[in-house]
Amino acid sequence: METPLTNNIGPDKPFPDLAVYEQNGGYQTVRDTIGKRSPTDVQEAVSESRLRGRGGAGVSTGMKWGFVPMDNASPGHKYLVANADEMEPGAFKDRVLMEFDPHQLIEGMILSAYAIQADIGYIFIRSDYYLATARLKAAIAESRDKGYLGERILGTDYSFELHVHVSAGRYICGEETALLNSLEGKRANPRTKPPFPPISGLWGRPTIVNNVETLCCVPHIVQNGADWFRSLGRAEDAGTKLFGASGRVKNPGCWELPMGTPIREILEGSAGGMQDGYGLRGFLPGGGSTGFLTDEHLDLPMDYDAIMQVKSRLGTGTMIILDDRTCPIGMVENLVNFFARESCGFCTPCRDGLPWIEEILHKLETGQAEPEDMNILAQQAGFIDWWGSDSSSNGNTHCPLAPGAIEPLESARKYFADDFERHIRDKKCSYR
Amino acid sequence: MSAAEQDLIQALSDEEIGEIEKEITHLNGRKSAAIDALKIVQKHRRYVSDESLQAVANLLGMSFAELDGIATFYNLIFRKPVGEKVILLCDSVSCWIMGGVDIREKIKSKLQIEMGETTPDDKYTLLPMSCLGDCDHAPAMIVGEDVYRDLTNERIDEIFDE
Repeated sequence: METPLTNNIGPDKPFPDLAVYEQNGGYQTVRDTIGKRSPTDVQEAVSESRLRGRGGAGVSTGMKWGFVPMDNASPGHKYLVANADEMEPGAFKDRVLMEFDPHQLIEGMILSAYAIQADIGYIFIRSDYYLATARLKAAIAESRDKGYLGERILGTDYSFELHVHVSAGRYICGEETALLNSLEGKRANPRTKPPFPPISGLWGRPTIVNNVETLCCVPHIVQNGADWFRSLGRAEDAGTKLFGASGRVKNPGCWELPMGTPIREILEGSAGGMQDGYGLRGFLPGGGSTGFLTDEHLDLPMDYDAIMQVKSRLGTGTMIILDDRTCPIGMVENLVNFFARESCGFCTPCRDGLPWIEEILHKLETGQAEPEDMNILAQQAGFIDWWGSDSSSNGNTHCPLAPGAIEPLESARKYFADDFERHIRDKKCSYR
Repeated sequence: MSAAEQDLIQALSDEEIGEIEKEITHLNGRKSAAIDALKIVQKHRRYVSDESLQAVANLLGMSFAELDGIATFYNLIFRKPVGEKVILLCDSVSCWIMGGVDIREKIKSKLQIEMGETTPDDKYTLLPMSCLGDCDHAPAMIVGEDVYRDLTNERIDEIFDE
């Protein structure tokens, strides 16, 4: 099984500084591409590879790049931004990629920037990733010294400068237009779309924002071809992906596996199954903003559309496991608390609705909830829900934060309805 | 710029001003460096006082209110004094499942402070933090710039007895 993204990573492998990275074939793709292949050629390879955004939304990377104007009608800067603001609860895959193979991200950014002819790049990284930040800054310096970054890369006409921006901490910065506002030094409120960033992004210029893992796929696609990348996937989607698991499993961690790997193989194989004394109750397949699935879904492939069909999302591919000794309502309360706190405050259903939902979940957990509270939960969720049930007030939020926030709630109300009833009837949480 | 405003810029050290000006060079416009500038001031002074904030606002050509709106938006810009080291204790879902609440109570009793408070010796400030991205080694926290993973009550004793 091929693991291109983590080839350089392992406990018995030397840390890939520039020398080791080059020894392992690193930057050869930059040498073979910059000034030798056309930007369109690189874009086509990525489009044909069917690479989809690894940050959670699963948008086709090639399609996104395709919106960037490539003519000279509007001269000026174009930007490429790596979204390294990994703050999704349960997600830690980008940290692994940046801490243990920083040059891979840089090489991916050089090639991606070349494809859209961007001249300036930023890595927007969360503040708490101190080790990743230090290693990226060191790797950028090494790469610049060697002529892979900066003015006239490897003596060609193409120039690309790369900077690291360390965030001041806010989950909403992971939303790409909020991220751009934050890079501009503003409050990270998401922007109204359209215009979309590839047309008008950072300081009003064409900008591509890609997730770290997405960018890390690019050197391998450009080097080995779109057919090769597509062949890596086991089901519909192309390539490999870092999947993870946390919670009461025997071996929590993060593994590079083919797209389309069945959930059961990840949970029972890589993660080693449940810890002794704990049973599987459910899991969030792609981080804290994705809906619960249960044991009936274990044989589904981890593919964007397959998970979407059961009303959840592949998200970041890092699963959070709910065991049978942890209260599902308590877990949802914890998640809603996170999203309520991280709401940017711009729109009412999110700013006021999420704290209201959190309050009711707290009442349930402390035995103070009344049957009527379930109606309020449904009503508040209805103001936010993007899945489109029957209310005309659906989808009234400015960005996907609140809809993501209630995905665990809505799926918990479906799969764990008994728990909600019991909390109200017994006036207590029986898991404590 | 008035003389009074000049004085407030002097509230920033030459080193701070140098670092902020360097950030401005790879951005578009002085205001774009607002967050970087606040972080630089905080690195040197632990937190951003009203006086520092006004000085940064003047340096970047923006109003106090505009900059304070930015400063208070972000979790990790401290507008009140904090201790020598800030403890960022993850309170998100994976840490919660793995016993994060017990760890929180243990730290509170160990340091004799509530969430949001600073120890009397000014050494530690304890703050809750959103998911730190160490979910496979939950519960986790950051003290200063050091990450601690797989926390247990015994580990907490060791860490803070050092």
